[in-house]
Amino acid sequence: MEQILVITLQNLKSIPGRLGTSLVAVVGVAGVVAVLVAVLSMARGFENTLESGTSPGNVIVLRSGSSSELDSGFQGDQARIIAQAEQLALVSPEVYVIVDLEKKSSQTQANVPMRGVGADAAAIRSDFRIIDGRMFEPGRRELVAGRGAADQFAGLAVGNTLEFGTERWDVVGIFESGGGSAESELWTDSATLQGAYRRGNSFSVVYGRLDDPGRFTEFKDALTSDPQLSVRVERESEYFAEQSRALSTFVSVVGYGIAVLMALGALFGALNTMYTAVSDRAREIATLRALGFTPVAIVVSVMAEAMLLALAGGLIGAGLAWLLFNGFTVSTLNFSSFSQVVFAFAVTPGLLVQGIVIALIIGLVGGLAPAIRAARMPIVSALRE
Amino acid sequence: MNKPIVTVRNVVKSYRKGREAVEVLHGLDLEIAQGEFSALMGPSGSGKTTLLNLIGGLDRPTSGEVEVGGERIDRLSSRALARWRSNHVGFIFQFYNLMPVLTAQRNVELPLLLKKMSSKERRERAMTALEIVGLADRAKHLPRELSGGQEQRVAIARAIVSDPDLLLADEPTGDLDRDTANEILDLLGTLNTRHGKTILMVTHDPVAAEHAGRTVHLDKGSIKAGEEAA
Repeated sequence: MEQILVITLQNLKSIPGRLGTSLVAVVGVAGVVAVLVAVLSMARGFENTLESGTSPGNVIVLRSGSSSELDSGFQGDQARIIAQAEQLALVSPEVYVIVDLEKKSSQTQANVPMRGVGADAAAIRSDFRIIDGRMFEPGRRELVAGRGAADQFAGLAVGNTLEFGTERWDVVGIFESGGGSAESELWTDSATLQGAYRRGNSFSVVYGRLDDPGRFTEFKDALTSDPQLSVRVERESEYFAEQSRALSTFVSVVGYGIAVLMALGALFGALNTMYTAVSDRAREIATLRALGFTPVAIVVSVMAEAMLLALAGGLIGAGLAWLLFNGFTVSTLNFSSFSQVVFAFAVTPGLLVQGIVIALIIGLVGGLAPAIRAARMPIVSALRE
Repeated sequence: MNKPIVTVRNVVKSYRKGREAVEVLHGLDLEIAQGEFSALMGPSGSGKTTLLNLIGGLDRPTSGEVEVGGERIDRLSSRALARWRSNHVGFIFQFYNLMPVLTAQRNVELPLLLKKMSSKERRERAMTALEIVGLADRAKHLPRELSGGQEQRVAIARAIVSDPDLLLADEPTGDLDRDTANEILDLLGTLNTRHGKTILMVTHDPVAAEHAGRTVHLDKGSIKAGEEAA
C-alpha cells in the first residue's frame, strides 16, 4: 500500500514538469462535465418548475381526451357538477387562453398563458403571494402577472396597460407561487376573461383541493362514473410531471448525446496525457520495477494519477456549471401546452455528483491502457531509455 | 576461492528481432565467488549487460541455469523474481536512475518501502546508507541539486540500503569524469572489502576494471578463454 502511495505521490509531484499535457486532460474533462451538468440542470429546472408549487391534495379535472388545459373545455353546468363534488375543500373553475407578449430577451412574440380563475385559485396554489401591487378585482379588466412572466416578457410592470383580446388590461400586481409554473402566467377573474374572449359560460379546467389527499380515488371514481360528465381526473403533480416529460426527455437526450461525444474527445485527451506521462517516465518506472516494485503498484499509481486529473477536471467543470448556470432563468415553449414556461436551471447536488462520476469514468478508462502499458514495459530496454 | 554466490551454467539468451532470433549469449558459464569484486569487460554488443541483467533477475535466459545465492532464479515467476530482487540484489546504473522529485533520502528509502518497517526505521537505515557513501549532509537535496558523482553515491546508497549480498553495477562510472569515477570506484572497493559485498561491474573502462579483483572478458556472447584471471 505504501509503495503505491509513494509512487503515486511521485507521479503527482512530477505533474508540474508535464503541465501542458496534464492540462489537456483536465480541460477536456472539465468541458464535458460543464456541458453535461448545464444541459441536465436545464431539464431538471424545467421539471422542478412544473412540479413545484403543486400539493398532494390538489387535483385537476380536464375534458376526457384532452392532453392539456389548452384543448380542454366544459360547459358551465358541467363545471358546476365538478365543483360540487363532496371531496373538494377548495375549487376553482378556470379559463385558459393564450396571449401574445414580447419576449424581452429576443424581442419576438411569444405565447403567454392567461388564466381566468375562481375565488379559491390563490388558496389552492401553494405559497401564492402578491409581491408587488395588489390582487385583481373581479369584474374589472385587471390582471396580475407571475414573477417569472414579469421578468421575461415586456410590459408586465404594475401600472402598465396591455392590449389583447378585445380589451385593455391594467397590470395591478405581481405574484409568486413557490416557483411553480403558475409564475409564468397572467391571472384575472374567470368571468372577466370569459367575457373578453367570448367564452360564454364555458371553462377550460377545474382545479381543486381535496379535503383529504387520500380521497383522490374516491373523487376520481365519482366524476368518471357520472354519466353527465366525460372527464379526465388527475393529481396536479402527476399532470405536471407528464407535461414536463416531453421537454425534459428531449433535453436529457440531447444533453447526454453531446456529453458522450465530448467525453470521447476528452477520453482521447486523457489517453494522450497518460501515454505521454508513462513514456516520459519509462526509465523511472523500469527502475522501480528493477528495485522490486510490483506491476500492480505501477498500474495503480498511473490510474490514480489519471483519476486525480479527471477529478480536478470534474470539479472545475461542475463548479463552472454551478457558477454560470445555477438559477439562470430562461423561458421556453412547453411542448404540451404551447405556451411559455419560465424556469431556472437547477444545478442540483445530484447533477454535480453525476458530473464528477462521469469525470472519474473518463479518468479510469483513459488511464487504464497507459497504466497497463507502463506495467508491461520490458524492464531491461526501458532502463536504457 | 570462496563458495560461489553466482553460478551461470550453459546460458543461452536470444532476442527476437522481427522474424529473426538473435542469439546474444551462447552457452555461457560463469562463477562468481562470495565477496569477489569482478569487472565484466568487452566491446559493445558483447552481451555484458545482458549477462548482468540475467544475474540480477531483470531478464530470463532462453536456456541454461542462473543460480544466485543457492536459488535458481531462472525458474522464478515474475512476481517471485521481483521479491527476490528486492531482497538479494542492489542495482547501480550508469545514469543513476534516481527519482527526480524525491530527495536523496527518499530515493534511498525506496527499496525499503517493499519491506515491513516503520517509517522511522526506514529513515534511520537510509541515513546510515547515506553516511556510508559520505552524503549524509545532502539527505534533503533533490537529485538536480547534486553533482553527477553525488547522484551516483545516492544511487549506491539506494543499492546497499536493504543490505543485499550482491551489487550489480552497469557502467557505474560511464557518465563521470576521471576523478569522480575514481572516487566512486574507491567507494565500491570499500563496500567490497569493508562491508563484504560481492560486486559485479560492467565497464568499458580498463582503469575501472583495475579496481576490481578479477576481470572477465566477454566477446560476442562468450567468455574469452585465458583472460579471465585477475
